Amino acid sequence: MKLVLGYQIHILARKIVEKELGKIGINYKYHNSSQIELLEEIPCSLLHKLKNNLKEYGIHIKETQREQFIQKIKEAVAEIIYCDEYYTYKTSSLISDKLNLSYGYIANAFSEHTLNTLENYIILQKIERAKVMILSNEYTLTEIAYKLNYSSVGHLSNQFKKTTGLTSTSFIKIVKQRNNFLTKAYNNPGS
Amino acid sequence: MKNINILLADDDDDDRLFFGEALEQLELNISLNWVVNGVDLINYLKQPDTQLPELLFLDLNMPLKGGIECLIEIRKTNYLRNLSVAIYSTSSAEKDIEECLIHGANIYIKKPSDFNVLKSILHKAITINHQYHSSGLSKENFLMVI
Repeated sequence: MKLVLGYQIHILARKIVEKELGKIGINYKYHNSSQIELLEEIPCSLLHKLKNNLKEYGIHIKETQREQFIQKIKEAVAEIIYCDEYYTYKTSSLISDKLNLSYGYIANAFSEHTLNTLENYIILQKIERAKVMILSNEYTLTEIAYKLNYSSVGHLSNQFKKTTGLTSTSFIKIVKQRNNFLTKAYNNPGS
Repeated sequence: MKNINILLADDDDDDRLFFGEALEQLELNISLNWVVNGVDLINYLKQPDTQLPELLFLDLNMPLKGGIECLIEIRKTNYLRNLSVAIYSTSSAEKDIEECLIHGANIYIKKPSDFNVLKSILHKAITINHQYHSSGLSKENFLMVI
């Protein structure tokens, strides 16, 4: 026996999208089969999961040009922060070179579409990397300052204190105790 | 810009009012919910239909259940482990700051008495937290004292 199937694509699309969004547990508004509005911020990891789940049905999420551009800026920043070599140019001109656009244009686009300025974003990313290196116990502050292109240890220490409100010494001390506490809390949730 | 969900747990009426006004003036598209003590806070967070906030501001001295107790309970609860918590307290004692950070707070804020200072502090806390939230940065090392 042969069955002949007819499809109403828009209903099919809607059911699938609703099912997948339901799994993620996010509030949304269904405008039409090609446009869904998420009513809240969702973390990158969830968005990624949603993207993968929808991919199985051949549905892909189109990123807007603006989002792609912001993503490119973030990638350029990451490349510079993780390059490990001391460079004599300013970060701003490196970013400008990588994207082949003026720094002013890049920085404006960034702060218009995120809640932060590009300058603050770069500092935050650098300090995040500094934290990981400090906690790894493998590097001295001098080495870290060099790897992250600070002109001196003093400059790194100042920016660390300004960004986190803590000195690197008290940061290490607190994180150690905090990890102890959190490990215990995860292992004995009821107590 | 998408809506940012903020939750405030504070028993003091004036402080809540002050906080709400400062937040409103930031023009960041924020929706604020509040609870007035620690027991209400935990009940609220544990309701199945609660939309978890992007950032929780938690007062230390509250009736029924204090801030530290709430913080510990939050960190012991599976689905609340990654919730960003900013302690919002009148104490600037080193000991209190350390205790909160050790028990899993991400931000420690000393309540200012000046309105404009409060505005800039809230702006900093919300934008930096948003950076962690939206860039997929690990919150493992997210500690900050403002």
